[in-house]
Amino acid sequence: MKVTMHVNGRQVSGEAEGRTLLSAFLREELGLTGTHIGCDTSQCGACTVHVDGKQVKSCTMFAAEAEGAEVTTIEGMANADGSLSAIQQAFQDYHGLQCGFCTPGMVMAAAALLEEIPQPTEAQIRHHLDGNICRCTGYHNIVKAIQAASGQPVAVAAE
Amino acid sequence: MPKDGIGASVKRREDLRFLTGTGRYTDDINLRGQAHVHFLRADVAHATLNAVDTSAAAEMPGVLRIFTAKDFEGVGGLPCGWQVTDKHGQPMQEPKHPILAEGKIRHVGEIVAAVVAETLEQARDAAEAIELDTEDLPAVIDMKQAVAEGAPKVHDELTSNLCYDWGFVEENKAAVEEAFANAAHVTTLELVNNRLVANPMEPRVAIGDYALHDDSSTLYTTSQNPHVIRLLMGAFVLGIPEHKLRVVAPDVGGGFGTKIFHYAEEAFCTFAAKQLRRPVKWTSTRSEAFISDAHGRDHVTKIQLALDADNNFTALRTDTYANMGAYLSTFAPSVPTWLHGTLMAGNYRTPLIYVNVKAVFTNTVPVDAYRGAGRPEATFQLERVVDKAARELGVDPAELRRQNFIRKDQFPYATPVAVEYDTGDYEATLDKAMQMAGYAGFETRRAASAAKGKLRGIGLSHYIEACGIAPSNLVGQLGARAGLYESATVRVNATGGLVVMTGSHSHGQGHETSFPQVVADMIGISPDQVEIVHGDTANTPMGMGTYGSRSIAVGGSAMVRATEKIIAKAKKIAAHLMEASEADIELKDGAFSVAGTDKSVAWGDVTLAAYVPHNYPLDDIEPGLEETAFYDPANFTYPSGCYICEVEVDPDTGRVEVQSFAAADDFGNVINPMIVEGQVQGGVGQGIGQALLENCVYDADGQLLSASYMDYAMPRASDLPMIDVDHSCQTPCTHNPLGVKGCGEAGAIGSPPALVNAVIDALQRDGKSVSHIDMPLSPARVWAAMNA
Repeated sequence: MKVTMHVNGRQVSGEAEGRTLLSAFLREELGLTGTHIGCDTSQCGACTVHVDGKQVKSCTMFAAEAEGAEVTTIEGMANADGSLSAIQQAFQDYHGLQCGFCTPGMVMAAAALLEEIPQPTEAQIRHHLDGNICRCTGYHNIVKAIQAASGQPVAVAAE
Repeated sequence: MPKDGIGASVKRREDLRFLTGTGRYTDDINLRGQAHVHFLRADVAHATLNAVDTSAAAEMPGVLRIFTAKDFEGVGGLPCGWQVTDKHGQPMQEPKHPILAEGKIRHVGEIVAAVVAETLEQARDAAEAIELDTEDLPAVIDMKQAVAEGAPKVHDELTSNLCYDWGFVEENKAAVEEAFANAAHVTTLELVNNRLVANPMEPRVAIGDYALHDDSSTLYTTSQNPHVIRLLMGAFVLGIPEHKLRVVAPDVGGGFGTKIFHYAEEAFCTFAAKQLRRPVKWTSTRSEAFISDAHGRDHVTKIQLALDADNNFTALRTDTYANMGAYLSTFAPSVPTWLHGTLMAGNYRTPLIYVNVKAVFTNTVPVDAYRGAGRPEATFQLERVVDKAARELGVDPAELRRQNFIRKDQFPYATPVAVEYDTGDYEATLDKAMQMAGYAGFETRRAASAAKGKLRGIGLSHYIEACGIAPSNLVGQLGARAGLYESATVRVNATGGLVVMTGSHSHGQGHETSFPQVVADMIGISPDQVEIVHGDTANTPMGMGTYGSRSIAVGGSAMVRATEKIIAKAKKIAAHLMEASEADIELKDGAFSVAGTDKSVAWGDVTLAAYVPHNYPLDDIEPGLEETAFYDPANFTYPSGCYICEVEVDPDTGRVEVQSFAAADDFGNVINPMIVEGQVQGGVGQGIGQALLENCVYDADGQLLSASYMDYAMPRASDLPMIDVDHSCQTPCTHNPLGVKGCGEAGAIGSPPALVNAVIDALQRDGKSVSHIDMPLSPARVWAAMNA
């Protein structure tokens, strides 16, 4: 079937079977390979995108369910001039990524969190990220990056 | 501190693509005309495989071809890169490791058949129509049962399930026994180093491609070491010479060891692409990864420490069973032996050590190196037994360690287990970590926890590791079937920019940022003028790749050597241009000058002259400015450090919460502190994962019960604390040009014993007579131990 949606502000159409997941549609049909697939049980969060403003693991919905929706992926997160957005910049400034594979999902999750809670506590940040697995950073610098992106002082380790 | 040279926390340039979704991982590659393979994997652990009937499946829509073991007659098995010699001087038992199961299934997840179809869905659908004629055999899962008399054999052609029985150092055994007989105190501990799955977030991917016009093959793969894959697969499996085989590993999404090894799927896709004259792609699902990526750890150990009446360590002996799984993965035999036994001295002066390791075949997924590889196993047992000894003797665990440390005036220090530590200052890292952790103020915090009804404990560990792997002639004597040098080609372009091509390959370590810091610092230019090329055998010199915390110590040293050659040649050119003696030429801040004069030429003038050699000493030197160096280290490097962990235990549930974690490491000199700190924090995160959460569990039939993220507990953000790290204690390595030691594995090595020691401390302070709990310290295990 033909599926049409708005992705990163542009109307796009593509072919999808009934069983095609949104994550596969974004990657294979639209070539938006920034959305990553790290598991097959909807646990890792590497495929996190925004659908109609809500944080969604794109492996948990069918492409057909996104018909007519506004979808934002990591490719749509930079500023209009191509420079890094505040959240992306904070991830670079605080070394919140290493291999980069979980990073698109982390940035999308962080953006959704700050939309909901502009000044989250460390505990709120950690709780919000529980659906996104990172194997490289120990989360330390991801937490700091999100604190910085929210304009708060970054945490230091417990003394 | 320089703004962007050695020692500066330069922000990572690779982040720009990773943060915008423009990274290029292997699964992001799709080739024209690409077909897809689905592997039918064994769902039983041990069975005869009498026949594979593919006739119905072959007729399914979109199926191009179905492969079974018959298609691989004449193709080699997957090679093992290390041959261990047992305590009797005999080589280990080394069974064939076929690409597809031949006549017998030996673990759940082994490939039985491969369906190549137009689409992945078609390949999966057709695989369901394959009929297997199998006969179940009793599985051997437990290592001690596997080597018991009469146990079913994983490999019928071998004499038993014992791969090797290794004694180290065999000549010390009698003296060790005597020391135990004369000991004032002996502490004994039996423990399990739990089996883990590395779980890089990017699953493995392989794409084979074949060009008929020149009979060449290309493999795109998720690898930490593309040259090693090319060598192993080309020379030992498929018989393709290097000039007809290219291996490309683009951005790699984490590895932690499990992407070192040469896997069947890589050989299959390369082979099938040639057979079908079409690219063949495989992308692992996470469920497949659990039953096909090499696992890690899985040791069962009895360790004993002998002490004299003054609490000096007098001898140490260990008996370890190490699981190899069903086949020998690429470097599996080296992990429990040379990467483990040689580290058993730890940070201590223990004069006599004997290590016995029995490596065992079982009907499980092959086990190989995982972050630390042998060294975490050594550190865990040693730091646990030292802690237990301190508690038995009623002395402070920190002070018992301090008393037995190799002192800083004793380096270089030859241990009784065949290695020589070049530098170290263990008291410095101990003191630093105790200060960071507020060791002296623990009682106050414990009282505060007690007021909340929680049991608080503090635990420490001190680790040593051997990195910078490795001197080739030494490892050759120890059974390695490869050299372990690293390479770099430095190409200076006419207008002064540089490209450095290296056999090292980043899988998250930020090589594209830190390597240019080294090269640019030597010349005195901006790192922005230096680009790194890696991950492709077609445009990098033969090198051994990234693992064992070796890349800055070995790969970085190769870059230094190549850059030194560049500078030496550039000085000749500069001398010619300034009509001066070469001996008088100085290079500073990107300009060449003649000592004692105001004459100078810029870096760019010299590089331009090298490529436009109109005014050039053509009689003496060739045009151009490009140099290659291969660096083979003289010794391992020996990072060390002290980790202190504080926990709260809920007495009602047994739940452990990490309250704080302090890591004081000695990595020698540090190139990019930001990256180094990130490596330690990530390593500690994995170590806490091993100690608290992660466990790979097989049932008695060989079914993997922990085969998804629903069942295997990965550390999440709310499981971990902020991790306080420090690397200010620096005793530079004496035998590599940068004085660096390597930092990639330390966190995963030092953290598990610190955490377990902290939990035991909490329970003992509460009056519980618990002296050990096996990892992971789940609420159920801790509660059961408290209420035993």
